[in-house]
Amino acid sequence: MKRIEAIIKEENLDAVKAALEAAGFIGLTVFNCRGRGTGGGINLEWRAGTYKVDLLHKIMLMMIVKDHETTTVTDIILEVCKVDATSGAGKIFISPVEEVIRIRTNERNEDAL
Amino acid sequence: MDTGDLAWVLVASSLIMLMTPAVGLFYGGMVRRKNVLSTIMLSFTVLIAITIQWVLFGYSLTFGPDIGHVIGSLEWFGLEGVGSIPYPDYAKTIPHLAFMLFQMKFAIITPALITGAFVERIRFSSFIIFTLLWSTLVYDPLAHWVWGIGGWLRNLGALDFAGGTVIHISAGVAALAIAMVIRERKGYGRVSMEPSNVLLTLLGAILLWFGWFGFNGGSALAANSLAVHALVTTNIAAAAASLTWMALSWRRSRPSVIEMATGAVVGLVAITPACGYVGVPAAIIIGAVASVVSYYCIQWRQRLKIDESLDVWACHGMAGTWGAIATGLFASKAINPAGNDGLLYGNAYLFFVQILSVLVAWVFSFTATYIIALAIDKTRGLSVGIREEEVGLDISQHGEEIYAGL
Repeated sequence: MKRIEAIIKEENLDAVKAALEAAGFIGLTVFNCRGRGTGGGINLEWRAGTYKVDLLHKIMLMMIVKDHETTTVTDIILEVCKVDATSGAGKIFISPVEEVIRIRTNERNEDAL
Repeated sequence: MDTGDLAWVLVASSLIMLMTPAVGLFYGGMVRRKNVLSTIMLSFTVLIAITIQWVLFGYSLTFGPDIGHVIGSLEWFGLEGVGSIPYPDYAKTIPHLAFMLFQMKFAIITPALITGAFVERIRFSSFIIFTLLWSTLVYDPLAHWVWGIGGWLRNLGALDFAGGTVIHISAGVAALAIAMVIRERKGYGRVSMEPSNVLLTLLGAILLWFGWFGFNGGSALAANSLAVHALVTTNIAAAAASLTWMALSWRRSRPSVIEMATGAVVGLVAITPACGYVGVPAAIIIGAVASVVSYYCIQWRQRLKIDESLDVWACHGMAGTWGAIATGLFASKAINPAGNDGLLYGNAYLFFVQILSVLVAWVFSFTATYIIALAIDKTRGLSVGIREEEVGLDISQHGEEIYAGL
């Protein structure tokens, strides 16, 4: 089992969610987060000038999937988020997961996904 | 001159001023977080832009000396000759300038109501152009027909105490027309569009209700028993409508704050033309029926798949239409000798004139708005690009965020 953590732009969330759902991936967890990459931030308007925002709002989308599903899911995320991608389009992190337990039934691992 | 009358009209004007930003709050709570500032800014922009339009030429076009029963002349351009001396044809006991100020607040709130139709994708510069054109080409003539000395609907005897036809029908129908021109929001009907802050919407509704006492009560243009009557019927209709809407939502699932707040506003809309002409039982009926009308119109509008985003047509256009017709049913000379008897008091003529004024407002507002919207859309575009919409108008149009920092 793998944990996929994708940091994406807020405006791409609806499209990513819809594309994942169309491919049968329903379960996911989403976090509001802020961060910065190599882009370095944007300017927003202040009373008589601008101010720099170097931590931008992003969405972190987390999914735990079976090993063989990993590429399918990341491909879907990449396909949607690459459209018109500019600096700040995000990153995807993949890491192994030791154990999963479904609280209601005590099912373990892949049965619990 | 009467100092009591003047004091009340000045207070009433201040109360109505509060309503336009309140429309922004009311709408702002119902849009997604990335568009809250943009939505509130639309109403505030109307407040500042139409203030200038009104004192330059809007007031003169609306209330200035009549030309052919259709429009006022530009004799009062820049408020030339509008000063401390009362203009008895409109208000005998207060300075002409006070009447101008009071009417300015009505001219301001009307285009602000329309903004609910195109939130979350309107291009800000196009919106300013639309607002100025709409005020000048739709509001000013229509208000002249109904309220201006010599206006042709006024001459026919149509009753509109505080602006049901001029304000609510014209804004509601205009909202429908522009929503049919501007493209829908991306993902409309497919992705969830969650209201960002129900409390903001409730706060807007509370301030609207409060301001409406000036809107309706001030339309007596005097501190007299007619103003008292208008305040009382206004409060009654808002309560009856809010209760009714609560019952409708409860029957469907659960009674929600957003539905209770919407019901109150719809009741205020419906009583607006009638508040100075009808009695207490009629005010209850007018409020209660208004909620039923608007509630089912929202459901119908959704089935039509028109993205008239915040249902200005259903809430203002249809409740306003019901209110204008109800005035023709329930109006009574026993309440207001300067008014007329309605159908229930044996006068079919008033009922006919009310229907006629509703039809005129519908056809005129829809046609003119559709043409204005189409012209702007074809030349510079009414809406922002898809990408700007996805990022949200707060950042893409205004470079701001409602909640910044961690």
